[in-house]
Amino acid sequence: MSQSNDWEPEIIAFCCNYCAYAAADLAGSKRMQYPASVRIIHAPCTGKIEMEHILEAFVKGVDGILVAGCLEGGCHFLEGNLRARKRTDRIREMLEEIGVGGARLKMVNLSAAMAPTFVESVQEIVKTVKALGPSPLKETKQLESVGKI
Amino acid sequence: MIVASPKSVTELKNLIARHGKVLFVGCGTCVTVCLAGGEREVGIASYAVRMARKIEGKPLELTQATIERQCENEFIKDLAEPAAKADAIVSFGCGAGVQAIAERFPDKPVYAGLNTQFLGILEEQAVWTEKCMGCGDCMLAEFGGVCPVTRCAKRMLNGPCGGSTETHCEVDAERPCAWQLIYTRLQNIGELDRLDRIVPPKDWSAAWHGGARKVVRKEHRV
Repeated sequence: MSQSNDWEPEIIAFCCNYCAYAAADLAGSKRMQYPASVRIIHAPCTGKIEMEHILEAFVKGVDGILVAGCLEGGCHFLEGNLRARKRTDRIREMLEEIGVGGARLKMVNLSAAMAPTFVESVQEIVKTVKALGPSPLKETKQLESVGKI
Repeated sequence: MIVASPKSVTELKNLIARHGKVLFVGCGTCVTVCLAGGEREVGIASYAVRMARKIEGKPLELTQATIERQCENEFIKDLAEPAAKADAIVSFGCGAGVQAIAERFPDKPVYAGLNTQFLGILEEQAVWTEKCMGCGDCMLAEFGGVCPVTRCAKRMLNGPCGGSTETHCEVDAERPCAWQLIYTRLQNIGELDRLDRIVPPKDWSAAWHGGARKVVRKEHRV
């Protein structure tokens, strides 16, 4: 899909309190740069992120979602991140079937010390979503220039 | 309980393609327990179908309601108000629930949102297995509580077929042989002598082969 270069996607990052949120904080402390179009939602654990939360965000027109949880085996609640992985896999299948595109949803596993990984993950999803273009569910405003010339 | 599985988003979307206002109805009993048609699953299906319709450029006005049991009029009557505002209803109950709603709302199209599968139990998290086919003439006492009518692919009543391995079925290598289970069970409860008796051919007249069945309990009639 062709998009102007200055289009910035709306991305939501659901970040686990025990890893990704701390990693994002660390990235900030280290003055690491990542796209400002990402909005972080602080979650107590990725296992607390229900399928409905992700679907609601897509329905509202978000272009992409990153779910960032602890490394496998490192969940503070033992298996919240493993459950989140299964849920995101299922939603990705649904998004593909619906025609929104499964690549708009990504899950990563990292630790609180992995600020560079967090930044890379954010950059990667922004790049992926930019390539896909705006979500087909986004309410678009009619541009004045659209129409017969 | 009755075990069902959800239809795909595409199937749901196609079911209601001709309608603009739709009511999705969940059921709070069996299909909630088997994670197919409860309040949460109806919510997820609603999001998915709304997204699919929006992409098609045909936005959908969708309402959701979940009642305790779709197979009883006493609960279905709570749907009167939301149903009146909808062009069509999608029932996320079992086949009985769908038909009960269709009977209650004769002027509304009613569609099934699930594929009803069988009477079964929860084997482990998110795994259900069939245990009963509702044949109407229960013979479980003969077989130590393991039903060969349902769980043996060939419905053998007098011992295993020649194709089974020691423990598993030849039709599906992952399915335990019902007759091995029966033997082990009878051995454990000291009733192997039950196997000496030849079980006569089953009376299938009580099963559904003669059409839909009806149960009337006079002592409870009012």
